[in-house]
Amino acid sequence: MSDKTATVITDERIEYLEGMVRQAKTAAAVFTQYTQEDVDRIVKPMVLAGLEQAQYLARLAIEETKLGVMEDKAIKNMVATEFVYNYVKDKRTVGQIAEYPERNLVEMAEPIGVIFSLLPITNPTSTVLFKCIMAIKTRNAVIFSPHPAAGHCCYEAVRIMYETAVKHGAPEGVFTCLESHNLQDNDYMMHHKDVGLIDATGGPGMVKAAYSSGKPALGVGPGNTPVYLEKSADLDMAVVDIITSKTFDNGTICASEQTVVIDDEIYDIVLEKFAELGSHICTEKETELLGRTVIDPKTGFMQSMAVGQKATSIARMIGLKVKPKTKLLIAPILGVGRGYPLSVEKLFPVLAVYRAKSLDEALKVCIDVNYAGGMGHTAVVFSRNDEVIRKFGDLINAGRIIVNSPGSIGALGGVYNDMVPTFSFGCGTGGGNSTTDNINVFHYLNIKRVARRTQAHMWFRVPNEIYFNMNAVENLRKFKSRSTVIITNPAMEQIGHVDTVRRNLPPETLVHVSVIPDAEPEVKVIMHGVEGLNFYRADQIIALGGGSVIDAAKIMKLKYESPEADLEELAAPFLDLRKRVVQYPTEKINHSRLVAISTTSGTGSEVTPFAVLTDREHGRKVTLADYSLTPEVAIVDPQFVMSMPKGLTADTGIDCLTHALEAGVSIYASPYTDSNAFQAIRMAFKYLPISYAQPNDEEARTMMHNAACIAAIAFSNASVGVNHALAHALGARFHIAHGRANALMLPHVIAYNAGVPTKFMPSPNQRGYIAHKKYAMMAELLGLGGNTVEEKVQNLVIAVEQLLDQLAIPRSIAELGISKEDFERAMPELVKNAFDDPSGRSNPRMPLLSELVELFWSAYNGRGPARIKEASQQRREDKVLV
Amino acid sequence: MTMIDVWVEVDGNSAALALHEAGKKLDSAGGDAFLDFSAVRRIDSSGLRALGDFAGVADEKGVKVTLRGVNVDIYKVLKLARLSSRFSFVN
Repeated sequence: MSDKTATVITDERIEYLEGMVRQAKTAAAVFTQYTQEDVDRIVKPMVLAGLEQAQYLARLAIEETKLGVMEDKAIKNMVATEFVYNYVKDKRTVGQIAEYPERNLVEMAEPIGVIFSLLPITNPTSTVLFKCIMAIKTRNAVIFSPHPAAGHCCYEAVRIMYETAVKHGAPEGVFTCLESHNLQDNDYMMHHKDVGLIDATGGPGMVKAAYSSGKPALGVGPGNTPVYLEKSADLDMAVVDIITSKTFDNGTICASEQTVVIDDEIYDIVLEKFAELGSHICTEKETELLGRTVIDPKTGFMQSMAVGQKATSIARMIGLKVKPKTKLLIAPILGVGRGYPLSVEKLFPVLAVYRAKSLDEALKVCIDVNYAGGMGHTAVVFSRNDEVIRKFGDLINAGRIIVNSPGSIGALGGVYNDMVPTFSFGCGTGGGNSTTDNINVFHYLNIKRVARRTQAHMWFRVPNEIYFNMNAVENLRKFKSRSTVIITNPAMEQIGHVDTVRRNLPPETLVHVSVIPDAEPEVKVIMHGVEGLNFYRADQIIALGGGSVIDAAKIMKLKYESPEADLEELAAPFLDLRKRVVQYPTEKINHSRLVAISTTSGTGSEVTPFAVLTDREHGRKVTLADYSLTPEVAIVDPQFVMSMPKGLTADTGIDCLTHALEAGVSIYASPYTDSNAFQAIRMAFKYLPISYAQPNDEEARTMMHNAACIAAIAFSNASVGVNHALAHALGARFHIAHGRANALMLPHVIAYNAGVPTKFMPSPNQRGYIAHKKYAMMAELLGLGGNTVEEKVQNLVIAVEQLLDQLAIPRSIAELGISKEDFERAMPELVKNAFDDPSGRSNPRMPLLSELVELFWSAYNGRGPARIKEASQQRREDKVLV
Repeated sequence: MTMIDVWVEVDGNSAALALHEAGKKLDSAGGDAFLDFSAVRRIDSSGLRALGDFAGVADEKGVKVTLRGVNVDIYKVLKLARLSSRFSFVN
């Protein structure tokens, strides 16, 4: 039964309609078993049958509809078969229809099922032939509903197609045709639950009804084709093309020319040529009379009595005497709209012409015609000027912009151009349709995309050159430089590190020292440094210091080389580095080499693509991230860290360990980054306690300095995680050194990541959740023991706790003297900032806001054996993944 | 215990005929009907109609119809023709 029953429809009629749907539904179901070869075997004889009967069907159509030209209708029938076949014959429409190996994507065809198809009076039999071929090619069943004045010819066309199709294996009932039907039948069918698609090629009323039914529908909009005949055009070709098109089947194709806008310079010549080739140029009075007669003054639409009639017949209607062989009536008009009746669609050989004084005026009139009932349909331009053609295509809203060829035959496709052959023109939203395409077989399919998992391309980038171990600074001698600026902080000068660097530069190098405050860089410090670089015309920048100095040098280099770089814009957030909205500048006015010499063993800034900038004006820090920020050369020389104080050794060392641990479980971790992360973990566990306890131990200092660099290589390519997000928020709010803030969160985050995630982080590069297993691997590497994954993770947490104790890191945030009340007050801001921090985006477990709150409170209350036991118990309850 | 009164192996080449024959046997049935589709590779419109008719007769007589060995392509046809809910299926 239908979803909506028409108001006036008998039970008997319903039974008839239901029988048709049942038959079509059965055929469509059976059709799903057919292969591509099966359908192709059926299509070809149908096409041949259509070609054979082209003239017969054309004659039937003319006799019944009294519209158009028999010869042209026969041609249409042939285009609908031969040209359409030429397009579809090699197209795959069954099963897998396309494959995109580079995208791991396959497209597969699913038939629609039952299509309810409305047929027009103007192109009745050609539309039947076209739709039948499309339906068989796509394994669909069709119930046709012809225009009441074209029922017999349509029925006959359907019969020929059906008998041929079934004879060659198509399912019984694949085509049916409503007989002596009315609007109620159409309404019933359009609302039937077993009809999958309405394909409405008909008048605006039917198309609107189809779209209003609530069913998926293909409809065609009305046309009103503007033609711009520009002065550079080949006039002889243009005039013949326009006459050919406008007189084809007496103008019944809705894509045919309606108003030709002609440049002033060629207007008279063009009209002469039209007249020479059998057109009658109407006088002002004749035009006025014609407008009143063939256009309904009440509705503003064409009169049906004129549709598809010959020019001579129309002339007779208004008592106009024309030559017997007149093909076309040409009516000069002075504007577009209701005041100019002939500016609307005229599906008969009457053509309006307009004299345009300029390009601007011509294009405006074309737009007016386009908007006067022809939106989305078809437009034509004749010109040899590519710029004019481009401008016309840009301004006119039409699914088909036909260039230097006939509108009607051009729009059909396949004859004058390479567009898809069709008898149904999609007109886009301008025409109230869902597509601007020439309707074709692919609109009769549900196209399914089979998308296989695609691994994103990964990367591993490091500075061009890294020099490490004691006295690695001597390698500076290799780098030729005319003018070198050393960016450093006051302490480096006092200790004598600046002199060490200076001594190792080639003697011919002019060296300048720019001392910046020992704090995270601010914009004004950066800009001051850039002035220095410009003043000295630096070709080499040496950053000597900790993370702040190296970060400052990275940003100075950026602004020195690309002064237009907008730091605020470059700091815009992003989810995936490869798809970020903001791109770093590639055009440079200066070129320099950045050599980074780190004087702490933690941040690893000498090899990272990150730089943190302090925005004091807005009280925030912004992180710049781009591989173009990575220094060209890194020097990892432990002589610069031998004098690091104990507190700094501990904080930076834990920063290094956190980098390695987070890179190891990051969703961007790869075998390349794992090798670095795991090595850095092993080195940090072994040498950090020694560096801390025995600061003069050269081996331990060397290994920790290398560990920091190696960990940074890992996180430069795998990123960090939620530990850093939490530490950034905590450090900024309570002025806690970055490494220490990391340390306070670290054991809690490991336990958190090892549990079953409440929400998984989407990570196409990983198969399953593996963070807990990777922690267990780290524990194995460290020889921490344990038989199960859970035990190994627990032992890793304990080992981290013990390391923190060895380094005298406070056990809790509370131990820093922060009151519970202050912490509670800060919590909303802490959580918001931690959630917004990009570091968390690569964490294996997607942190919920509530979980961030829990993590902060865990760290506030502190670590220790009792808490670890409690957490372990909680993990067991959470069914820790093993 | 289920009493099986009709057991028909449907011929792949003449499914419609086999189903019409099977429908006649339902006249004397008092239990269940089993239709073996193992040999049917593809079903045509007449076969589908016959299956629908068979289901109708079975409904009238209160006979439960089970289809055995229906391949997945035919299963989809039955689904599209809204016939699948009228049968039980066993492999």
